[in-house]
Amino acid sequence: MPPLLEVKNLKVTFDTMAGTVKAVDGISYHIDEEEVVGLVGESGCGKSVSQMATIQLISTPPGHITGGEVIFEGQDLLKYKADSNQMRAIRGAKISMIFQEPMTSLNPVFTIGDQITETISLHLKLNHQDAKQRAIELLEQVGIPDAAMRIDNYPHQFSGGMRQRAMIAMAVSCHPKLVIADEPTTALDVTTQAQVLEVMMAMVKKIHNSLVIVTHNLGVVARYAQRIYVMYAGRIVEAGTSDDVFNNPRHPYTIALLKSVPRLDEPRGRQLVPIFGLPPNLIDMPPVCAFRTRCSLAGQCKKETDPDLRQVGDNHFVRCHIDTKGESSGIL
Amino acid sequence: MESSKNNNFLEVKNLKMYFPVTRGILRRKVGDVKAVDDVSFKIKQGETMGIVGESGCGKTTLGRCILRVYRPTAGQIIFKGQDIADIPSDKVLELRREVQLIFQDPYGSLNPRQNAGSIVGEALKIHRLSRNKEEYRNRVSDLFAMVGLDPEMANRYPHEFSGGQRQRIGIARALSCNPSFIVCDEPISALDVSIQAQIINLLQELQQKLGLTYLLIAHDLSVVRHISDTVAVMYLGHIVEITGWEELYTNPLMPYTKALLSAVPIPDPSVEKKRERIILKGDVPSPLNPPSGCPFHPRCWMAIPDCSKEVPPLRQISPGHMVACIRV
Repeated sequence: MPPLLEVKNLKVTFDTMAGTVKAVDGISYHIDEEEVVGLVGESGCGKSVSQMATIQLISTPPGHITGGEVIFEGQDLLKYKADSNQMRAIRGAKISMIFQEPMTSLNPVFTIGDQITETISLHLKLNHQDAKQRAIELLEQVGIPDAAMRIDNYPHQFSGGMRQRAMIAMAVSCHPKLVIADEPTTALDVTTQAQVLEVMMAMVKKIHNSLVIVTHNLGVVARYAQRIYVMYAGRIVEAGTSDDVFNNPRHPYTIALLKSVPRLDEPRGRQLVPIFGLPPNLIDMPPVCAFRTRCSLAGQCKKETDPDLRQVGDNHFVRCHIDTKGESSGIL
Repeated sequence: MESSKNNNFLEVKNLKMYFPVTRGILRRKVGDVKAVDDVSFKIKQGETMGIVGESGCGKTTLGRCILRVYRPTAGQIIFKGQDIADIPSDKVLELRREVQLIFQDPYGSLNPRQNAGSIVGEALKIHRLSRNKEEYRNRVSDLFAMVGLDPEMANRYPHEFSGGQRQRIGIARALSCNPSFIVCDEPISALDVSIQAQIINLLQELQQKLGLTYLLIAHDLSVVRHISDTVAVMYLGHIVEITGWEELYTNPLMPYTKALLSAVPIPDPSVEKKRERIILKGDVPSPLNPPSGCPFHPRCWMAIPDCSKEVPPLRQISPGHMVACIRV
């Protein structure tokens, strides 16, 4: 069965005063039907931009999608213009997005109900009454108490967790095939984060769609994702099943990320190993490994070239010259 | 001055901080937001006390009361044997030489028009801690080196630094007048994952080297576990559980603590599959209109009718383990 979404060699650049930033530099990935995929990386690694680009939400200028294919249900979405009818029929209906900050992504001058019914009446062609009824049902499903009353509230009358739940309701309102959740819980407290994620997973199970979770929180993807892509400096540096990436990480960056965070279940007293230096400037990147300057294994690496993504296991890929083994990383 | 200097470095007794809620043009007082309500705890010298809780639980207000940014409504804050809860504002300046703050947001907390050197050295001037220019310059260089920054960078402005470096400047500023106690208010939550470890390690290293005592306010329970000796869990202005870190993380008693701990994801799929998850219902109630009795009872799965009758006091369950719950 072909994957639901297949992205091939996607490239996105931004024009800035200082030069052209290669925010996404040739990434390829796929998402199968009813699959939960995690996309992990630090801020500025291109994880959000790559997701915005798949549904052409990059504003031009300054952004440009300079290459690649986004094949969804057999058609290449990049063949359509961003404002074409074809793209509009896909956005919100077949692929929808949950944004990071619910306060800034909801319009403060329209009620929650207005904003949910807008999507519903546009894509499902329901009349106002039916659309509102559907919106109330959705709000109930995501656990908003008193949904029939709260639907006429404005975003500021909702708490952070409730806003994000309203965003989930909006995202699943037209039974999309794919939901992209971009840092869905970053601004939330840990208990609210757990609530929102559970609601999101329950909705995904209910409508049998696929989900991409974009996050910097390794714990969140460990809990929910089946497959994981790790991004660094606009590229995918490691890809594999959740077990591969967490229990047998092969890229020095993935290993370093795992070693740099304290874990709730580890014996205390382990010295955290920070990653020194900063992510590289994405303008005029030299054709060498982007992680080289921060890599703890750079001394062992003799090659000056940019590594390719190579296969190291059944579904496990890594972009590194060195054959790192998980055991040598000392976290296992 | 009392002679309690040996065991208790800081003792907070029944601290209350109420913010009045006013209405109308006469600003008539109609109620109180009880941001911190009857909080008591002790910190020993050289230790780290972690305070965890959701946003709005009063953890930052508590920290600011100790720094005397606010004058508490009631209660005592005994710092090195002296009650600082009610000292006049001119004495507060003296207190600040001993008690300092590291802020959450390394972007908002540094003045963009001041260069890094003068940000770090400002307190030295205010407290007249250096006798001449040379001494001032040496001290600023020392502080830069202490937090792992190149003293050459003192002439640069905040926008020229990365987030992690800015937080280091914030730490150098807090250290400038040799404080013995530092309130760290979410010191790493605004930083990238790969940078967080650097700052955590730096805080630990400075504590060992300078014998600092920390009050660490954070919502990341794994970070609090990593560096705290004692941990207090706050909910709606109350401390609901307080004990040593090991006891709290292996034997949490208060249902809220259990829920908080189960909500923290662990970056290991095999561990995650086996974990029991407690998902709380609803949101934190408004502190303007808190529930009667135990503040947590509307969301608690163990609640019984008695829970809504009165606020449960913190009581000792085992040595050093205090819980405010009648179901324990």
